[in-house]
Amino acid sequence: MKIEVFFVKTIKYYKCITCLGILCQDLGSRSGMYLTKEEERILEGEMGEVQERMIRLLVRLGDIYGADRMIPVGSVQVAGVSYKSIGDPGLEFLEDIAEKGEKVKVLTYLNPAGMDLEDWKNLGFSEDFARNQLRIIDAFRKMGVVVTSTCTPYLAGNLPRFREHIAWSESSAVSFANSVIGARTNREGGPSALAAAICGKTPNYGLHLWNNRQPQIIVNVDADVNLNFLSDFGALGYFVGKQVRNKIPYFRGIKNADTDQLKALGAAMAASGAVALYHVEGLTPEADLVEKNGLETVEVTKKEIIDTYDRLSTGLEPDIVILGCPHASLREISMLADKLREKTLKKPVWICTSRMIKEAADRMGLVDVIEKAGGKVVADTCMVVSPIEDMGFKTTGVNSGKAANYLPGFCKQNVVFANIDRLIEVQTS
Amino acid sequence: MKGRTISPGKVSGEVLFSPEPIGFYGGVDIKTGRIIEKDHPLHGKCVKDKILVFPCGKGSTVGSYVIYGLKKNGMAPRGIINRETETIVATGVILAGIPCVDKIDIEKLVDAKTVLLDADNAMVEIIKK
Repeated sequence: MKIEVFFVKTIKYYKCITCLGILCQDLGSRSGMYLTKEEERILEGEMGEVQERMIRLLVRLGDIYGADRMIPVGSVQVAGVSYKSIGDPGLEFLEDIAEKGEKVKVLTYLNPAGMDLEDWKNLGFSEDFARNQLRIIDAFRKMGVVVTSTCTPYLAGNLPRFREHIAWSESSAVSFANSVIGARTNREGGPSALAAAICGKTPNYGLHLWNNRQPQIIVNVDADVNLNFLSDFGALGYFVGKQVRNKIPYFRGIKNADTDQLKALGAAMAASGAVALYHVEGLTPEADLVEKNGLETVEVTKKEIIDTYDRLSTGLEPDIVILGCPHASLREISMLADKLREKTLKKPVWICTSRMIKEAADRMGLVDVIEKAGGKVVADTCMVVSPIEDMGFKTTGVNSGKAANYLPGFCKQNVVFANIDRLIEVQTS
Repeated sequence: MKGRTISPGKVSGEVLFSPEPIGFYGGVDIKTGRIIEKDHPLHGKCVKDKILVFPCGKGSTVGSYVIYGLKKNGMAPRGIINRETETIVATGVILAGIPCVDKIDIEKLVDAKTVLLDADNAMVEIIKK
């Protein structure tokens, strides 16, 4: 065994975790992380400028958050796709990378874009916005990214396994992957996710480590709390997210929930708080494995849920109802179609979903039913990242705790937060 | 002064000092390099070719792309010195290739006119007071 090598690597590593950045400054621009020979070579620029900067970004983030090494990732989901969010600076950056011919190394999906990438004209998006949005998508396509544009990659062909390390961005997708699937990801920013895709790696810290996946607070959901509609789970998630902020909650008292309902719960918690992982007794895969003893407890009763519905409703009459935040599953679209069959909408109802799910809904005749009633199935985008405020809408009806959280700020909307039955009733009467 | 390398390189230049954090998205004009955030102590000043000294970044994560855009437009600071570089600025300077060092007691640079920023060795040296 090459003792010196072991010694040097050990010293390098220990310097960083023990001196808290005092001694390891002697390393100058070098990292406190253990890097493989190949990683060192990329960092020295042997694989070109793009790879050098991308791995430098990952190594620095790893240093900042105390990672010991880099780990391979099974898949990536990149945020920062909507032209509304990243504007010209982001567009130009992505085009630069694409022009240099750099490709992603692992299965990489995209967060929603700012518009339906095919049907944008009919939906009223401007030419100018569309041109820029399509340039962004084109840049990603050149890099080998699957141009899917969805916040539910796990419903559209990017499904990680239990304990698989991944680097995903969108907060509800991160929550779902960590909590419902038991895969492992931190909440990545747009550039760090892209760097993970190009390098095929991510720094090993945070939720990649088992010790950091333990619950920090127990949430007791009272038996009198109704959990039937997606909006009920959204309200519960919104309330709990506000309470626990960035802690990992462990739920007791949720007797049953399907994946759509867990998706709604996690999305709302990630929006009102910064919850990237939660456990539900009897339902999520890590719940039986984690340590639950000696934690503080919060109670949620019917009253808190009713108060949350009130708090999230800032408007009275919606100009438009938008469902599908996070992107609707086939089951949700089917449910909407059942409710709209033989009905005529007086005001618009949209349901947002991924292109894949829309294709399936189309084949099932569900899109037809919804369109006949006057509704729309919108793919690739959602109300949070699209410029709905520029399309004449002032009040939006939603059944999502996450959408209710973001629409007032991002899209200057008043919000009507209610269950799907109530929202359809309002738009048909 | 010794700090921590965020992004390597060796440069020297005139100091532009901000006692307040800088949010690049909506705070710095990508085409002119001017600080456009209202009420910011450096409002109206241009960051081009300066050694920009500020405590830390703030605001939207799109700020990383703004730093990259400034460099591309030839309007970027020559180097950046922080008390604590958070992820927005760290991401921006690494993508743009702008030398940057943090863990520096920036109060000592309030009156400095020009400094040498040797980010390869995580060093900051005052050339002219």
